[in-house]
Amino acid sequence: MSAKTADKIATAVIITLAGFIVLIMAGLLGFILYRGVGHISFDFLTSAPQTIKAGGGIGPQLFNSLYLLILTMIITIPLGLGAGIYMSQYAKPGKITDFIRLIVEVLSSFPSIVVGLFGLLVIVNMFGFGFSLFSGALALTVFNLPLMVRITEQAMASVPQAQKEASLALGLSKWKTIKSIMLPIAFPVILTGTILSAGRVFGEAAALLFTAGMSSPRLDFGNWNPLSPTSPLNPFRPAETLAVHIWKINSEGLAPDAPEIAAGASAVLILTVLIFNLLARYIGRLMHKKFTATK
Amino acid sequence: MHNIELSTKDLNVFYGEKHAVKDISLDFAAKQVTALIGPSGCGKSTFLRSLNRMNDLIDGAKITGEIWLGDENINDPKTDVVLVRQKIGMVWQRPNPFHKSIYENIAFGPRYHGIRDKRKLDQIVEESLTKAAIWNETKDRLNKSALSLSGGQQQRLCIARSIAVSPNIILMDEPASALDPISSAKIEELIADLKQEYCIIIVTHNMQQAARVSDKTAFFLMGDLVEYDDTSKIFTNPSEKRTSDYISGRFG
Repeated sequence: MSAKTADKIATAVIITLAGFIVLIMAGLLGFILYRGVGHISFDFLTSAPQTIKAGGGIGPQLFNSLYLLILTMIITIPLGLGAGIYMSQYAKPGKITDFIRLIVEVLSSFPSIVVGLFGLLVIVNMFGFGFSLFSGALALTVFNLPLMVRITEQAMASVPQAQKEASLALGLSKWKTIKSIMLPIAFPVILTGTILSAGRVFGEAAALLFTAGMSSPRLDFGNWNPLSPTSPLNPFRPAETLAVHIWKINSEGLAPDAPEIAAGASAVLILTVLIFNLLARYIGRLMHKKFTATK
Repeated sequence: MHNIELSTKDLNVFYGEKHAVKDISLDFAAKQVTALIGPSGCGKSTFLRSLNRMNDLIDGAKITGEIWLGDENINDPKTDVVLVRQKIGMVWQRPNPFHKSIYENIAFGPRYHGIRDKRKLDQIVEESLTKAAIWNETKDRLNKSALSLSGGQQQRLCIARSIAVSPNIILMDEPASALDPISSAKIEELIADLKQEYCIIIVTHNMQQAARVSDKTAFFLMGDLVEYDDTSKIFTNPSEKRTSDYISGRFG
Protein backbone atom coordinates (compact mmCIF):
# COMPACT_ATOMS: atom_id res chain seq x y z
CA MET A 1 0.00 0.00 0.00
CA SER A 2 1.43 3.34 -0.95
CA ALA A 3 1.84 6.12 1.58
CA LYS A 4 -0.76 8.11 -0.28
CA THR A 5 -3.43 5.40 0.02
CA ALA A 6 -2.62 4.91 3.69
CA ASP A 7 -3.03 8.63 4.22
CA LYS A 8 -6.41 8.60 2.47
CA ILE A 9 -7.64 5.62 4.50
CA ALA A 10 -6.49 7.22 7.78
CA THR A 11 -8.26 10.45 6.89
CA ALA A 12 -11.45 8.60 6.02
CA VAL A 13 -11.38 6.56 9.25
CA ILE A 14 -10.81 9.64 11.41
CA ILE A 15 -13.58 11.59 9.71
CA THR A 16 -15.97 8.64 10.08
CA LEU A 17 -15.20 8.32 13.80
CA ALA A 18 -15.58 12.04 14.37
CA GLY A 19 -18.85 12.06 12.43
CA PHE A 20 -20.12 9.11 14.49
CA ILE A 21 -19.40 10.97 17.74
CA VAL A 22 -21.07 14.12 16.49
CA LEU A 23 -24.08 12.05 15.44
CA ILE A 24 -24.41 10.44 18.89
CA MET A 25 -24.09 13.80 20.64
CA ALA A 26 -26.46 15.60 18.34
CA GLY A 27 -28.93 12.70 18.56
CA LEU A 28 -28.85 12.71 22.35
CA LEU A 29 -29.24 16.45 22.59
CA GLY A 30 -31.96 16.46 19.92
CA PHE A 31 -33.85 13.66 21.66
CA ILE A 32 -33.84 15.41 25.05
CA LEU A 33 -34.84 18.73 23.53
CA TYR A 34 -37.49 17.11 21.29
CA ARG A 35 -39.10 15.41 24.27
CA GLY A 36 -38.80 18.33 26.65
CA VAL A 37 -38.97 21.68 24.91
CA GLY A 38 -42.70 21.42 24.24
CA HIS A 39 -43.31 21.20 27.96
CA ILE A 40 -41.36 24.36 28.84
CA SER A 41 -43.51 27.38 29.54
CA PHE A 42 -43.26 30.38 31.79
CA ASP A 43 -45.65 28.68 34.19
CA PHE A 44 -43.56 25.49 34.19
CA LEU A 45 -40.42 27.44 35.01
CA THR A 46 -41.94 29.41 37.87
CA SER A 47 -44.60 27.34 39.61
CA ALA A 48 -44.05 24.83 42.43
CA PRO A 49 -44.18 21.08 41.79
CA GLN A 50 -47.34 19.05 42.54
CA THR A 51 -47.12 15.75 44.38
CA ILE A 52 -50.06 13.82 43.02
CA LYS A 53 -51.80 16.19 40.64
CA ALA A 54 -50.72 17.01 37.12
CA GLY A 55 -49.49 20.45 36.08
CA GLY A 56 -46.64 20.99 38.58
CA GLY A 57 -43.63 23.15 37.72
CA ILE A 58 -39.96 23.30 38.62
CA GLY A 59 -39.69 26.88 39.93
CA PRO A 60 -38.11 26.20 43.33
CA GLN A 61 -35.78 23.57 41.88
CA LEU A 62 -34.50 25.90 39.20
CA PHE A 63 -33.99 28.60 41.81
CA ASN A 64 -32.22 26.12 44.13
CA SER A 65 -29.87 25.03 41.35
CA LEU A 66 -28.88 28.59 40.53
CA TYR A 67 -28.57 29.62 44.17
CA LEU A 68 -26.52 26.53 45.01
CA LEU A 69 -24.25 27.36 42.08
CA ILE A 70 -23.70 30.87 43.44
CA LEU A 71 -22.97 29.58 46.95
CA THR A 72 -20.52 27.02 45.58
CA MET A 73 -18.75 29.67 43.54
CA ILE A 74 -18.50 31.96 46.56
CA ILE A 75 -16.63 29.17 48.34
CA THR A 76 -14.54 27.82 45.46
CA ILE A 77 -13.44 30.96 43.61
CA PRO A 78 -11.35 32.49 46.42
CA LEU A 79 -9.93 29.10 47.45
CA GLY A 80 -9.22 28.06 43.86
CA LEU A 81 -7.63 31.36 42.91
CA GLY A 82 -5.49 31.35 46.04
CA ALA A 83 -4.30 27.79 45.59
CA GLY A 84 -3.76 28.22 41.85
CA ILE A 85 -1.70 31.37 42.32
CA TYR A 86 0.28 29.70 45.07
CA MET A 87 0.99 26.67 42.88
CA SER A 88 2.11 28.68 39.89
CA GLN A 89 3.93 31.61 41.51
CA TYR A 90 4.96 30.85 45.08
CA ALA A 91 5.54 27.13 45.50
CA LYS A 92 8.99 25.88 44.56
CA PRO A 93 8.50 23.10 42.01
CA GLY A 94 9.35 19.84 43.71
CA LYS A 95 7.96 16.97 45.72
CA ILE A 96 5.42 19.06 47.63
CA THR A 97 3.83 20.67 44.56
CA ASP A 98 3.80 17.31 42.78
CA PHE A 99 2.02 15.85 45.80
CA ILE A 100 -0.53 18.68 45.90
CA ARG A 101 -1.12 18.29 42.17
CA LEU A 102 -1.66 14.53 42.63
CA ILE A 103 -4.22 15.16 45.37
CA VAL A 104 -6.00 17.70 43.19
CA GLU A 105 -6.18 15.20 40.32
CA VAL A 106 -7.51 12.44 42.58
CA LEU A 107 -10.03 14.79 44.12
CA SER A 108 -11.41 15.78 40.73
CA SER A 109 -11.95 12.18 39.66
CA PHE A 110 -13.74 11.10 42.84
CA PRO A 111 -17.02 9.30 42.12
CA SER A 112 -19.73 11.79 42.98
CA ILE A 113 -21.79 9.33 45.00
CA VAL A 114 -18.77 8.79 47.27
CA VAL A 115 -18.49 12.54 47.76
CA GLY A 116 -22.21 12.59 48.55
CA LEU A 117 -21.87 9.90 51.22
CA PHE A 118 -18.78 11.57 52.62
CA GLY A 119 -20.77 14.80 52.78
CA LEU A 120 -23.59 13.01 54.59
CA LEU A 121 -21.21 11.58 57.18
CA VAL A 122 -18.99 14.58 57.77
CA ILE A 123 -20.80 17.76 56.73
CA VAL A 124 -24.42 16.81 57.38
CA ASN A 125 -24.03 14.69 60.50
CA MET A 126 -20.66 15.31 62.12
CA PHE A 127 -20.63 19.08 61.65
CA GLY A 128 -24.40 19.18 61.99
CA PHE A 129 -25.22 21.37 59.02
CA GLY A 130 -28.07 19.00 58.15
CA PHE A 131 -29.53 18.65 54.68
CA SER A 132 -28.92 22.17 53.47
CA LEU A 133 -27.75 24.30 50.60
CA PHE A 134 -24.58 24.95 52.59
CA SER A 135 -23.80 21.21 52.91
CA GLY A 136 -24.50 20.83 49.20
CA ALA A 137 -22.22 23.71 48.34
CA LEU A 138 -19.39 22.18 50.40
CA ALA A 139 -19.85 18.81 48.66
CA LEU A 140 -19.79 20.49 45.24
CA THR A 141 -16.66 22.34 46.30
CA VAL A 142 -14.91 18.98 46.36
CA PHE A 143 -15.47 18.69 42.59
CA ASN A 144 -15.14 22.26 41.67
CA LEU A 145 -12.06 23.22 43.64
CA PRO A 146 -9.63 20.98 41.72
CA LEU A 147 -10.91 22.43 38.46
CA MET A 148 -10.52 26.00 39.71
CA VAL A 149 -7.00 25.31 40.98
CA ARG A 150 -5.93 23.80 37.69
CA ILE A 151 -7.54 26.53 35.60
CA THR A 152 -5.91 29.28 37.66
CA GLU A 153 -2.54 27.58 37.71
CA GLN A 154 -2.49 27.09 33.95
CA ALA A 155 -3.79 30.57 33.23
CA MET A 156 -1.12 32.15 35.41
CA ALA A 157 1.60 29.99 33.91
CA SER A 158 0.56 31.10 30.42
CA VAL A 159 1.25 34.78 31.18
CA PRO A 160 4.45 35.71 29.31
CA GLN A 161 7.50 35.71 31.59
CA ALA A 162 8.51 39.04 30.01
CA GLN A 163 5.48 40.74 31.57
CA LYS A 164 6.39 39.50 35.01
CA GLU A 165 10.04 40.51 34.61
CA ALA A 166 9.14 43.97 33.32
CA SER A 167 7.01 44.61 36.37
CA LEU A 168 9.54 43.28 38.87
CA ALA A 169 12.30 45.28 37.18
CA LEU A 170 10.32 48.47 37.86
CA GLY A 171 10.68 47.68 41.54
CA LEU A 172 7.17 46.36 42.03
CA SER A 173 6.57 43.75 44.67
CA LYS A 174 5.69 40.21 43.74
CA TRP A 175 2.11 40.54 44.95
CA LYS A 176 1.57 43.81 43.08
CA THR A 177 2.99 42.16 39.95
CA ILE A 178 0.64 39.20 40.30
CA LYS A 179 -2.39 41.35 41.10
CA SER A 180 -1.99 44.18 38.60
CA ILE A 181 -0.02 42.69 35.71
CA MET A 182 -0.48 38.94 35.64
CA LEU A 183 -4.07 38.45 36.85
CA PRO A 184 -5.58 40.85 34.29
CA ILE A 185 -3.85 38.90 31.51
CA ALA A 186 -4.89 35.54 32.96
CA PHE A 187 -8.41 36.72 33.78
CA PRO A 188 -10.21 35.86 30.50
CA VAL A 189 -8.93 32.28 30.69
CA ILE A 190 -9.86 31.96 34.36
CA LEU A 191 -13.33 33.36 33.71
CA THR A 192 -13.98 31.00 30.81
CA GLY A 193 -12.83 28.04 32.88
CA THR A 194 -14.96 29.10 35.81
CA ILE A 195 -18.12 29.32 33.75
CA LEU A 196 -17.42 25.94 32.17
CA SER A 197 -16.91 24.38 35.59
CA ALA A 198 -20.21 25.94 36.63
CA GLY A 199 -21.91 23.71 34.06
CA ARG A 200 -20.71 20.63 35.88
CA VAL A 201 -21.89 21.97 39.25
CA PHE A 202 -25.26 22.76 37.73
CA GLY A 203 -25.83 19.25 36.44
CA GLU A 204 -24.54 17.35 39.50
CA ALA A 205 -27.08 15.13 41.24
CA ALA A 206 -25.49 12.19 43.06
CA ALA A 207 -23.40 14.27 45.43
CA LEU A 208 -26.42 16.36 46.36
CA LEU A 209 -28.88 13.53 47.19
CA PHE A 210 -27.46 13.21 50.69
CA THR A 211 -26.19 16.73 51.25
CA ALA A 212 -28.58 19.33 49.89
CA GLY A 213 -31.43 16.87 50.33
CA MET A 214 -34.34 15.70 48.21
CA SER A 215 -36.98 18.09 49.42
CA SER A 216 -37.62 21.77 49.39
CA PRO A 217 -39.55 23.50 52.18
CA ARG A 218 -42.44 25.70 51.23
CA LEU A 219 -40.67 28.81 50.00
CA ASP A 220 -42.03 32.30 50.29
CA PHE A 221 -40.52 34.21 47.36
CA GLY A 222 -41.57 37.47 48.99
CA ASN A 223 -39.34 36.85 51.99
CA TRP A 224 -35.74 37.80 51.27
CA ASN A 225 -34.41 37.64 54.82
CA PRO A 226 -31.65 35.02 54.54
CA LEU A 227 -32.13 33.95 58.19
CA SER A 228 -35.82 33.12 57.93
CA PRO A 229 -36.56 29.39 57.43
CA THR A 230 -39.03 29.98 54.61
CA SER A 231 -36.80 32.42 52.76
CA PRO A 232 -35.39 31.15 49.46
CA LEU A 233 -32.08 32.79 50.39
CA ASN A 234 -31.59 30.87 53.63
CA PRO A 235 -28.44 28.78 53.01
CA PHE A 236 -29.26 26.38 55.85
CA ARG A 237 -32.52 25.07 54.45
CA PRO A 238 -32.80 21.82 52.50
CA ALA A 239 -32.95 22.34 48.77
CA GLU A 240 -33.75 19.92 45.98
CA THR A 241 -31.96 20.97 42.81
CA LEU A 242 -33.13 20.48 39.25
CA ALA A 243 -30.90 17.47 38.59
CA VAL A 244 -31.99 15.80 41.82
CA HIS A 245 -35.62 16.56 41.00
CA ILE A 246 -35.30 14.83 37.63
CA TRP A 247 -33.87 11.78 39.31
CA LYS A 248 -36.58 11.79 41.99
CA ILE A 249 -39.65 12.14 39.80
CA ASN A 250 -38.27 9.56 37.41
CA SER A 251 -37.80 7.02 40.16
CA GLU A 252 -40.65 7.78 42.57
CA GLY A 253 -42.80 10.49 41.03
CA LEU A 254 -46.53 10.14 41.74
CA ALA A 255 -47.87 12.92 39.54
CA PRO A 256 -49.59 11.57 36.39
CA ASP A 257 -47.47 13.83 34.19
CA ALA A 258 -44.16 12.87 35.88
CA PRO A 259 -42.48 11.70 32.63
CA GLU A 260 -43.33 14.99 30.90
CA ILE A 261 -42.06 17.01 33.86
CA ALA A 262 -38.83 15.00 33.88
CA ALA A 263 -38.42 15.56 30.15
CA GLY A 264 -39.12 19.27 30.46
CA ALA A 265 -36.76 19.63 33.41
CA SER A 266 -34.03 17.76 31.52
CA ALA A 267 -34.39 20.11 28.59
CA VAL A 268 -34.18 23.11 30.91
CA LEU A 269 -31.05 21.66 32.50
CA ILE A 270 -29.36 21.02 29.18
CA LEU A 271 -30.32 24.41 27.81
CA THR A 272 -28.93 26.13 30.91
CA VAL A 273 -25.61 24.31 30.60
CA LEU A 274 -25.57 25.19 26.90
CA ILE A 275 -26.11 28.84 27.79
CA PHE A 276 -23.23 28.66 30.27
CA ASN A 277 -20.95 27.31 27.56
CA LEU A 278 -21.93 29.90 24.98
CA LEU A 279 -21.63 32.63 27.59
CA ALA A 280 -18.15 31.41 28.53
CA ARG A 281 -17.00 31.67 24.93
CA TYR A 282 -18.58 35.04 24.35
CA ILE A 283 -17.34 36.65 27.55
CA GLY A 284 -13.90 35.07 27.14
CA ARG A 285 -13.57 36.58 23.67
CA LEU A 286 -14.86 39.94 24.87
CA MET A 287 -12.37 40.03 27.76
CA HIS A 288 -9.53 38.95 25.53
CA LYS A 289 -10.31 41.84 23.22
CA LYS A 290 -10.63 44.29 26.08
CA PHE A 291 -7.27 43.36 27.59
CA THR A 292 -5.16 42.95 24.49
CA ALA A 293 -6.48 44.82 21.49
CA THR A 294 -7.10 48.52 21.09
CA LYS A 295 -10.20 49.93 22.64
CA MET B 1 37.11 61.48 36.08
CA HIS B 2 33.50 60.36 36.23
CA ASN B 3 31.73 59.28 39.36
CA ILE B 4 31.41 55.56 39.72
CA GLU B 5 27.71 54.70 39.76
CA LEU B 6 27.89 50.93 40.01
CA SER B 7 30.72 48.50 40.47
CA THR B 8 31.12 44.77 40.80
CA LYS B 9 33.82 42.94 42.69
CA ASP B 10 34.64 39.30 41.96
CA LEU B 11 31.13 38.62 40.71
CA ASN B 12 30.42 34.96 39.92
CA VAL B 13 27.20 33.47 38.62
CA PHE B 14 26.45 29.75 38.68
CA TYR B 15 23.50 28.04 37.01
CA GLY B 16 23.51 24.77 38.87
CA GLU B 17 26.89 23.26 37.94
CA LYS B 18 27.56 25.73 35.15
CA HIS B 19 29.93 28.56 36.02
CA ALA B 20 28.45 31.22 33.74
CA VAL B 21 30.25 34.36 34.93
CA LYS B 22 33.71 34.24 36.43
CA ASP B 23 35.23 36.77 38.84
CA ILE B 24 34.11 39.91 37.08
CA SER B 25 35.22 43.21 38.59
CA LEU B 26 33.99 46.23 36.66
CA ASP B 27 33.24 49.89 37.37
CA PHE B 28 30.46 51.73 35.57
CA ALA B 29 30.63 55.51 35.51
CA ALA B 30 27.74 57.94 35.61
CA LYS B 31 26.73 59.56 32.33
CA GLN B 32 28.54 56.97 30.29
CA VAL B 33 27.50 54.11 28.07
CA THR B 34 29.27 50.82 28.62
CA ALA B 35 28.85 48.11 26.01
CA LEU B 36 29.18 44.45 26.92
CA ILE B 37 30.18 42.43 23.87
CA GLY B 38 31.11 38.82 23.20
CA PRO B 39 29.86 35.72 21.42
CA SER B 40 26.56 34.06 22.41
CA GLY B 41 26.77 32.24 25.71
CA CYS B 42 29.76 34.26 26.95
CA GLY B 43 27.90 35.36 30.06
CA LYS B 44 27.31 39.02 29.21
CA SER B 45 23.51 38.86 29.51
CA THR B 46 23.76 36.78 32.66
CA PHE B 47 26.13 39.36 34.10
CA LEU B 48 23.72 42.16 33.15
CA ARG B 49 20.77 40.39 34.77
CA SER B 50 22.73 40.00 37.99
CA LEU B 51 23.13 43.74 38.33
CA ASN B 52 19.46 44.31 39.21
CA ARG B 53 19.08 40.89 40.82
CA MET B 54 16.84 39.56 38.03
CA ASN B 55 18.71 36.26 38.26
CA ASP B 56 16.97 35.77 41.60
CA LEU B 57 13.96 34.66 39.57
CA ILE B 58 15.84 31.73 38.05
CA ASP B 59 15.80 28.54 40.06
CA GLY B 60 19.25 27.22 40.80
CA ALA B 61 21.06 30.47 40.00
CA LYS B 62 23.69 31.42 42.58
CA ILE B 63 25.51 34.73 42.59
CA THR B 64 28.59 35.37 44.69
CA GLY B 65 30.71 38.49 45.02
CA GLU B 66 29.79 42.10 45.56
CA ILE B 67 27.77 44.65 43.60
CA TRP B 68 28.19 48.16 44.94
CA LEU B 69 25.50 50.72 44.31
CA GLY B 70 26.69 53.81 46.14
CA ASP B 71 27.81 52.53 49.52
CA GLU B 72 25.52 49.53 49.55
CA ASN B 73 26.38 45.99 48.48
CA ILE B 74 23.16 45.08 46.69
CA ASN B 75 24.13 41.45 46.29
CA ASP B 76 23.61 41.07 50.03
CA PRO B 77 20.59 38.81 50.64
CA LYS B 78 19.27 41.39 53.12
CA THR B 79 19.07 44.10 50.46
CA ASP B 80 15.58 45.22 49.49
CA VAL B 81 15.47 44.23 45.80
CA VAL B 82 12.43 46.45 45.29
CA LEU B 83 14.55 49.54 46.02
CA VAL B 84 17.45 48.23 43.95
CA ARG B 85 15.24 47.73 40.92
CA GLN B 86 13.78 51.18 41.28
CA LYS B 87 17.30 52.62 40.97
CA ILE B 88 18.37 50.25 38.19
CA GLY B 89 15.95 50.10 35.26
CA MET B 90 15.95 47.44 32.59
CA VAL B 91 15.02 47.13 28.92
CA TRP B 92 14.82 43.79 27.11
CA GLN B 93 15.53 42.51 23.64
CA ARG B 94 11.85 42.06 22.80
CA PRO B 95 9.65 45.02 23.67
CA ASN B 96 7.37 43.93 26.49
CA PRO B 97 4.89 46.73 27.21
CA PHE B 98 2.20 45.90 29.73
CA HIS B 99 -1.18 44.97 28.31
CA LYS B 100 -2.47 48.37 29.34
CA SER B 101 -2.88 51.83 27.88
CA ILE B 102 0.17 53.88 26.91
CA TYR B 103 -0.50 56.21 29.84
CA GLU B 104 -0.82 53.34 32.32
CA ASN B 105 2.39 51.75 31.09
CA ILE B 106 4.29 54.82 32.27
CA ALA B 107 2.20 55.83 35.29
CA PHE B 108 2.06 52.33 36.74
CA GLY B 109 5.53 52.33 38.32
CA PRO B 110 5.54 55.85 39.81
CA ARG B 111 2.04 55.38 41.23
CA TYR B 112 3.16 52.22 42.98
CA HIS B 113 6.14 54.09 44.39
CA GLY B 114 3.83 56.58 46.04
CA ILE B 115 2.90 59.32 43.56
CA ARG B 116 -0.89 59.67 43.65
CA ASP B 117 -1.37 63.21 42.45
CA LYS B 118 -2.92 63.09 38.98
CA ARG B 119 -1.18 66.25 37.79
CA LYS B 120 2.18 64.99 38.98
CA LEU B 121 1.58 61.68 37.20
CA ASP B 122 0.57 63.46 33.99
CA GLN B 123 3.79 65.41 34.21
CA ILE B 124 5.88 62.28 34.72
CA VAL B 125 4.18 60.58 31.78
CA GLU B 126 4.89 63.53 29.51
CA GLU B 127 8.48 63.90 30.69
CA SER B 128 9.29 60.22 30.37
CA LEU B 129 7.74 59.91 26.93
CA THR B 130 9.53 63.08 25.81
CA LYS B 131 12.87 61.82 27.06
CA ALA B 132 12.30 58.54 25.25
CA ALA B 133 11.53 60.47 22.05
CA ILE B 134 8.04 59.08 21.66
CA TRP B 135 5.85 61.87 23.07
CA ASN B 136 4.94 63.33 19.69
CA GLU B 137 3.78 59.98 18.39
CA THR B 138 1.72 59.11 21.45
CA LYS B 139 0.39 62.32 22.97
CA ASP B 140 -2.94 62.08 21.12
CA ARG B 141 -3.52 58.43 21.95
CA LEU B 142 -2.38 58.01 25.55
CA ASN B 143 -5.47 55.97 26.37
CA LYS B 144 -4.96 53.51 23.53
CA SER B 145 -3.48 50.10 24.23
CA ALA B 146 0.31 50.05 24.19
CA LEU B 147 0.07 46.95 22.02
CA SER B 148 -1.27 49.10 19.19
CA LEU B 149 2.19 50.67 18.77
CA SER B 150 4.79 49.36 16.33
CA GLY B 151 7.71 47.30 17.64
CA GLY B 152 10.13 50.23 17.63
CA GLN B 153 7.61 52.49 19.35
CA GLN B 154 6.93 49.78 21.93
CA GLN B 155 10.62 49.57 22.69
CA ARG B 156 10.88 53.35 23.22
CA LEU B 157 7.77 53.09 25.41
CA CYS B 158 9.55 50.45 27.48
CA ILE B 159 12.52 52.78 27.84
CA ALA B 160 10.14 55.57 28.92
CA ARG B 161 8.56 53.18 31.39
CA SER B 162 11.89 52.45 33.04
CA ILE B 163 12.82 56.16 33.12
CA ALA B 164 9.53 56.99 34.84
CA VAL B 165 10.59 55.54 38.19
CA SER B 166 13.71 57.79 38.01
CA PRO B 167 16.53 55.27 38.05
CA ASN B 168 20.24 56.22 37.96
CA ILE B 169 21.20 53.29 35.83
CA ILE B 170 19.52 51.64 32.84
CA LEU B 171 20.41 48.11 31.78
CA MET B 172 19.71 47.25 28.16
CA ASP B 173 19.79 43.69 26.88
CA GLU B 174 20.19 43.92 23.09
CA PRO B 175 17.52 46.64 22.97
CA ALA B 176 17.62 47.10 19.20
CA SER B 177 18.26 43.61 17.88
CA ALA B 178 14.58 42.70 17.39
CA LEU B 179 13.84 45.94 15.50
CA ASP B 180 14.06 47.12 11.91
CA PRO B 181 17.07 49.30 10.94
CA ILE B 182 15.21 52.61 11.22
CA SER B 183 13.77 51.85 14.64
CA SER B 184 17.15 50.54 15.63
CA ALA B 185 18.80 53.82 14.62
CA LYS B 186 16.23 55.72 16.69
CA ILE B 187 17.07 53.65 19.74
CA GLU B 188 20.76 54.42 19.23
CA GLU B 189 20.03 58.16 19.02
CA LEU B 190 17.98 57.83 22.14
CA ILE B 191 20.81 56.12 23.99
CA ALA B 192 23.11 59.00 23.05
CA ASP B 193 20.57 61.45 24.54
CA LEU B 194 19.92 59.44 27.70
CA LYS B 195 23.64 59.35 28.39
CA GLN B 196 23.42 63.01 29.49
CA GLU B 197 21.59 61.80 32.58
CA TYR B 198 22.00 58.09 33.14
CA CYS B 199 24.60 55.42 33.46
CA ILE B 200 23.76 52.97 30.68
CA ILE B 201 24.99 49.41 30.40
CA ILE B 202 24.13 47.76 27.11
CA VAL B 203 24.58 44.21 25.87
CA THR B 204 24.87 44.05 22.10
CA HIS B 205 25.80 41.62 19.35
CA ASN B 206 26.24 44.41 16.88
CA MET B 207 29.85 45.58 16.76
CA GLN B 208 29.07 48.77 14.85
CA GLN B 209 26.40 49.61 17.37
CA ALA B 210 28.80 49.10 20.27
CA ALA B 211 31.38 51.28 18.52
CA ARG B 212 28.82 54.00 17.81
CA VAL B 213 27.00 54.31 21.12
CA SER B 214 29.42 53.38 23.87
CA ASP B 215 32.22 55.12 25.74
CA LYS B 216 33.59 51.99 27.31
CA THR B 217 33.52 48.42 26.06
CA ALA B 218 33.94 45.17 27.96
CA PHE B 219 34.68 42.02 26.00
CA PHE B 220 33.45 38.76 27.52
CA LEU B 221 34.48 35.26 26.51
CA MET B 222 33.34 32.00 28.16
CA GLY B 223 32.36 33.81 31.34
CA ASP B 224 35.65 35.69 31.62
CA LEU B 225 36.21 39.38 31.19
CA VAL B 226 38.94 39.47 28.56
CA GLU B 227 39.39 43.19 28.15
CA TYR B 228 37.81 46.39 29.39
CA ASP B 229 38.81 49.77 28.03
CA ASP B 230 37.72 52.89 26.17
CA THR B 231 35.61 51.89 23.19
CA SER B 232 37.91 53.70 20.78
CA LYS B 233 40.86 51.70 22.05
CA ILE B 234 39.04 48.34 22.00
CA PHE B 235 37.96 48.84 18.41
CA THR B 236 41.19 50.26 17.03
CA ASN B 237 43.99 48.91 19.11
CA PRO B 238 42.94 46.19 21.57
CA SER B 239 45.67 44.85 23.81
CA GLU B 240 44.41 41.24 23.71
CA LYS B 241 44.66 39.08 20.62
CA ARG B 242 41.35 37.38 21.42
CA THR B 243 39.62 40.77 21.41
CA SER B 244 40.99 41.74 18.02
CA ASP B 245 40.09 38.29 16.64
CA TYR B 246 36.50 38.68 17.79
CA ILE B 247 36.12 42.26 16.61
CA SER B 248 37.59 41.52 13.20
CA GLY B 249 35.06 38.70 12.86
CA ARG B 250 37.40 35.76 13.08
CA PHE B 251 35.01 33.96 15.46
CA GLY B 252 31.73 34.52 17.28
